[in-house]
Amino acid sequence: MPTVRIPSVLRKHTDGATKVAADGATVGEVLRAVATEHPGLAEQLFDGEAVRGFINVYVDDEDIRYVSGLDTPVEGDSEVALMPAVAGGAA
Amino acid sequence: MRFGDISQAIGNTPLVALPRLSPEGYTIHLKLEGHNPTGSVKDRVARYLIEQAERHGLLSPGQRILEPTSGNTGIGLAAICRVKGYPLTCVLPENTSEERKQLLTMFGAELVFSPATEGSNGSVRVARELAAADPTAYMPFQYGNAANALAHYETTAPEIIADLPDVAAFVAGLGTGGSVTGVGKRLKRWNPDIKVFAAEPEYGDLVYGLRNLDEGYVPEVLDLEVLDSRIKVDSRKALGATRELADVEGIFAGVSTGASLVVARRVCKRLPAGSQIVAMSPDGGWKYLSTGAYAPGDLDEIATAISGTLWA
Repeated sequence: MPTVRIPSVLRKHTDGATKVAADGATVGEVLRAVATEHPGLAEQLFDGEAVRGFINVYVDDEDIRYVSGLDTPVEGDSEVALMPAVAGGAA
Repeated sequence: MRFGDISQAIGNTPLVALPRLSPEGYTIHLKLEGHNPTGSVKDRVARYLIEQAERHGLLSPGQRILEPTSGNTGIGLAAICRVKGYPLTCVLPENTSEERKQLLTMFGAELVFSPATEGSNGSVRVARELAAADPTAYMPFQYGNAANALAHYETTAPEIIADLPDVAAFVAGLGTGGSVTGVGKRLKRWNPDIKVFAAEPEYGDLVYGLRNLDEGYVPEVLDLEVLDSRIKVDSRKALGATRELADVEGIFAGVSTGASLVVARRVCKRLPAGSQIVAMSPDGGWKYLSTGAYAPGDLDEIATAISGTLWA
């Protein structure tokens, strides 16, 4: 089953879990399954049908905006990561 | 090469192939920006920030300059401000490495610290507060100033095209977004088939820590449209590649270089066989020695131990 990495700011909605497993064939399905399991996440993650603007979503390290968005396929061993957008390091 | 003063001796850095670390059938080259006068790619940006402001009448002689910077831009600005006669205040996260603080101080900059837990966003916040309180100061603001990307559009990219006209892809780290945006746009104007990839540092929990998701920040300089993809790289992978670079290719680079190298190797297989790839090396490793990133020992332990300071 794919796993979803939860950023620290959202872990209060997952009882502190850093990773949760959720089923689905696409990123969208996986995230909806996570939000169903942990209702507090739904409002934090989604703005209507879309993921909120300051959250970047990655599948196996690649930003889904550049793959197929929420339709990006996931495999059983895929890792979906949620990261807050932040300004850069050595700047 | 002769120059009138240090502010003119910026750019024209070496493009060096990595024959031992490139995947078979591809050649990755590093643009070694550590060869700039203060040791980083940010010398290009600093010069453009100041000279564009002078050109547009935004800066008067002796006026104070204020900038949020976790180091490299500040160091570049500090050297240029010194020779051009502008006092400089840098706002930087308190966990910035000691080398950087000493360099800034030596160049005469005044330092103001922002909380480590807020990362670069904290520096931006504090700098904005200071600028609002002191209308006489000029804040170039590298995250939102078009001169940042312009420096790369007008200098970095033309150098790459001159040295490697058949470049197929460009990879750079994502900080302000100036490199990927400026170089990427110019390369795509040269050849629309060139691919542009961003290597995004994956910060530790310390950096993301207390952040509210409503306070996320996407730099205005960054043009997401120019990217063909964005791939995140964690500290361990970036550090591993950085150390391998020294070990195998004899190149001592900062950890952002390792992150770009990780992405360059990953995207090779998406390009035609024989493709030439350019990855940005923003700086050398010198300013990070005190973090322990280059100390002997187990990679996992080192990556964990320094994750809070690595990208600072």
